[in-house]
Amino acid sequence: MRVRGGRGLHLFGALDRKLLRDLWRLKGQVAAIAVVIGCGGAVLVMALSALNSLSLTAEAYYERYRFAQVFAENKRAPDRLLLAIRDIPGVQTAETRISSYGRIELDWVAEPITARFVSSPERRGGVLNRLAIRAGRAVAAGRSDEVVISEPFALARGLSVGDRLPILINGSRRTVRIVGVALSPEFVYAIAPGALIPDDTRFAVVWMDHEALASAYDLDGAFNSVTLSLAHGAVATDVIAALDTLLERYGGAGAIERKDQLSNWFLMNELDQLRALATVLPSIFLVAAAFLTNTVVARLIATEQREIGLMKAFGFSGWEVGLHYAKFALCVGGLGVLLGWLVGKELGQFQTMIYNTQFHFPFLEFRLSWFELTVSGAIGILTPVTGAVWAVRRAAALTPAAAMSPPTPQSFRKMGGAALAPIAARLDHATRILLRQAARAPVRSSITVTGVALSVAVLMLALQWPDAIQALARGHFHDTMRRDATVAFFEAKAVETRFDLGRLPGVMAVEPARSVPADLVGLTKDMRPRGIVHRGALDGVAPGRGMEAAIDADGWERPTPAAGVLLGRMLADKLGVSAGDSIRADIRTGVKPSVVLPVNGVFENNMGMRAFVNLGDLNRALEDPPVMEMAFLRLDPAERTAFYTALKETPAISVLSVKKHAETKFHETLGETVLIFVSFFVGFAAALGAGTVYNAARTTLSERSRELATLRVLGFTRWEISYILLGEIALLVLIALPLGYAAGLGLIWVMAKSFETELFRVPLVLEASTIGWTLVLTLAIAILIGAVVRRQLDHLDLIAVLKTRE
Amino acid sequence: MTDMAQQSEAISDLAPQEGSVVLSARGLSKTYGAGEAEVRALIDVDLDFESGELIVLLGRSGSGKSTLMNILGGLDSPTSGQVWFQGEDLTGVEEHAVTQYRRDHVSFVFQFYNLIASLTAAENVALVTEIARDPMRPQDALEMVGLGARADHFPAELSGGEQQRVAIARAIAKRPELLLCDEPTGALDSKTGVLVLQAIQRINRELGSTTVLITHNQSIAGMADRVFTMADGRLVDVVRNTQPVDPGAIAW
Repeated sequence: MRVRGGRGLHLFGALDRKLLRDLWRLKGQVAAIAVVIGCGGAVLVMALSALNSLSLTAEAYYERYRFAQVFAENKRAPDRLLLAIRDIPGVQTAETRISSYGRIELDWVAEPITARFVSSPERRGGVLNRLAIRAGRAVAAGRSDEVVISEPFALARGLSVGDRLPILINGSRRTVRIVGVALSPEFVYAIAPGALIPDDTRFAVVWMDHEALASAYDLDGAFNSVTLSLAHGAVATDVIAALDTLLERYGGAGAIERKDQLSNWFLMNELDQLRALATVLPSIFLVAAAFLTNTVVARLIATEQREIGLMKAFGFSGWEVGLHYAKFALCVGGLGVLLGWLVGKELGQFQTMIYNTQFHFPFLEFRLSWFELTVSGAIGILTPVTGAVWAVRRAAALTPAAAMSPPTPQSFRKMGGAALAPIAARLDHATRILLRQAARAPVRSSITVTGVALSVAVLMLALQWPDAIQALARGHFHDTMRRDATVAFFEAKAVETRFDLGRLPGVMAVEPARSVPADLVGLTKDMRPRGIVHRGALDGVAPGRGMEAAIDADGWERPTPAAGVLLGRMLADKLGVSAGDSIRADIRTGVKPSVVLPVNGVFENNMGMRAFVNLGDLNRALEDPPVMEMAFLRLDPAERTAFYTALKETPAISVLSVKKHAETKFHETLGETVLIFVSFFVGFAAALGAGTVYNAARTTLSERSRELATLRVLGFTRWEISYILLGEIALLVLIALPLGYAAGLGLIWVMAKSFETELFRVPLVLEASTIGWTLVLTLAIAILIGAVVRRQLDHLDLIAVLKTRE
Repeated sequence: MTDMAQQSEAISDLAPQEGSVVLSARGLSKTYGAGEAEVRALIDVDLDFESGELIVLLGRSGSGKSTLMNILGGLDSPTSGQVWFQGEDLTGVEEHAVTQYRRDHVSFVFQFYNLIASLTAAENVALVTEIARDPMRPQDALEMVGLGARADHFPAELSGGEQQRVAIARAIAKRPELLLCDEPTGALDSKTGVLVLQAIQRINRELGSTTVLITHNQSIAGMADRVFTMADGRLVDVVRNTQPVDPGAIAW
């Protein structure tokens, strides 16, 4: 019987007005859920928009400026080899060049600045790795006195087109003129050798005329670097194998694909981290939001059972009634989505701003596309609706008669059986009430416990993050790097050179070292390769305790062995070996020896794939005289300036890396960013915790108001009834805390794993202060919310509550 | 009712009486809302309840009897007028003093039993005995309403009449000076209602609590010592029953 003909024409019917009033009446709980959804949505929008902005920009940049796909370095190969390289099947374009490290010596900067000198790609119609000229022009062919410098360095040092630049290449000094400022797809993330974080004030890329560089590096008619682009469908590994074969005679150090190119590697790594962020954290908030919506809608339907019966008696269909309550969830989701968009956009902009300081693109703008909005919107709306489905279906299925009959009193049973009876007998009634309440609604209690535990976990993750970064820095800069500076030479020097270095002012100790490229593979007990090959390096250092310390799991320093290799934990894990096993090192330089090295020990490290051998052994294996390529230095802090000045007069040194600068830069770059993100996530975690506790308290208050009013009438004080209401919440929070700590450990582990790379891994550090602060913040949130709900308890209308039927 | 001996009496408009009077009220008024929405629920009510009396407060729905009970029981405050309990003025005192008054001297029984669902019958009674000054044993209170054998049952396991009797046991367990029952049989059938009324009468006789029974059911008036009748917010009649009947003889 359809007597309501035309009702569908009303865009805003009576039920919708009821919906609006319900939303307003339950505004606290609606807001709490919306905020939780908003947190998840915000992280999602932030991560997706940053991911999108960054990956689309990189893709377009790489495409437009023809970023090469294969890179190889070699000692010295004749130019005519280029023809053979071009003939490798799958090669589309091949370009040779010169690429080497040198120095820039600005009068007003004490220490020498490390620079990477690269042949200007514009020469002879080169198409790969083209420069995005930001000011001025490219280097004119044949002009040996012109250079183009990288824009970040120009900005950091206030250099511009027309300025003169004193440089030192291959030990000889000259002054060139800056004709252009540029960016390159090859140096989106531009770092000095051995550095982790870009320091634009101390590292530059300098593009020069190819012939000028050739004569400076004694490479006339030769090259030491080659880059390729590949034909469609070409297999990179096949091309690399062929290229390696061609370059083998010329000191080839092994070609790499674009994915292993340093700058691109850092960029792709960042994208992976964003992907992890976009998956793990929003899921936590959205799952919690779904649960919370379930609680609120289920309670709403329980209180409106009679209204539902009435609506059905009037002829509303189950579907219409169900839709009415589903709309409630939709509105909550809609609010959360809006909030997520707003906060996510801000966060995304902030993230893009940070990327602009770390990654150098000619254009990187924050882009908020329909994709992020649609994905986060759909997920944000679906979440509460999913949460409400069960309750809504129940409302739709209620028959009018069942809905309008008074509810049967809830059945309870005594807790714990006979075993707990003596304990139960000692409890006062208020405690007994709250314990039975909590046990009576196991689903809702579990939801509260889950929500609070997830909040504790996110809080722990956020608070632990700075500790982990601190531990990473401490481990790297203090425990491992027991030196003040590292210098590298243009070419290998006799180890006696260390005495010359030792005579420089301010130098207190010198230790020779050498790092050679090598393919490392773990061996089984019967000396068969395990399969995983790590393309890395062998570091030759002086035996014994040196300035590169290796600390094992027990905290003991492991001296570099006289024979064999000492592996860092990350490399040992990758190769699948431990102390007592052996590895094979195929050294990719010099006479390219293959050596089998017993693993003498494994030390703990979180930065880099490290393998230490005795420098003497390394030199012998390479059939070299005792040489060094770099030196570790300890410096007198009082004489740093004198040391820098003296270094400027030491042309043999190409790279200087000062620990203090690297550490400062590390903290500068990460410190502020981490702090801001930690604040955001602490805020998000607090919102999750507060939302959960508030909802639990309000739902309990709604269910218990009759009993609480009865107790007030019986003469119980406000504090006594508060105990029953808030005691239940407190109990659930207390149960949630240890679970949250366990979940937090899991979450920290998951995030650390998903952020782990071959270059570094975030250590699992859990300071007592993190546990303490998590506890304090969680309790503070619970107490604050408790106080808010307690105020509502004060306004309990005793008469109204008692005069109405349950 | 017609054969019942009745005697009307005038309401004293003097100051509260000394001696056997437990509760007095003078000039009680209660107004809800203001302006056009103003509702005068109680208009200038004076009364005196004597110790150990069983009073039936009779009136139709909306006559103001529940408002009066709420004010007398310390659940609500009057717009004007005063209430004295054992000579102590209850109007205008602090919240904690009212809570203390309810805790120590007054008990309520409502139409809807308002038992704590998560506590057994005995525990519901013990709830009150724990905070009362001179309580009886919960078991004894349950015995008085004939539910000694059901002490360990949860409300969900009891019938409506049994739940109401637990509510009565809970109310009387602290030996209140004043027992206020608001439509205690309203949700019950006649047979079960009689059992509840018998329990109330027995308690009134044995404990000597001044008992006020609010009802719109005229037949119940027969069991009262005095019957107060309200209409339109005013106390219109007070009748003394010289021979109150046993609830067993009442039916509706």
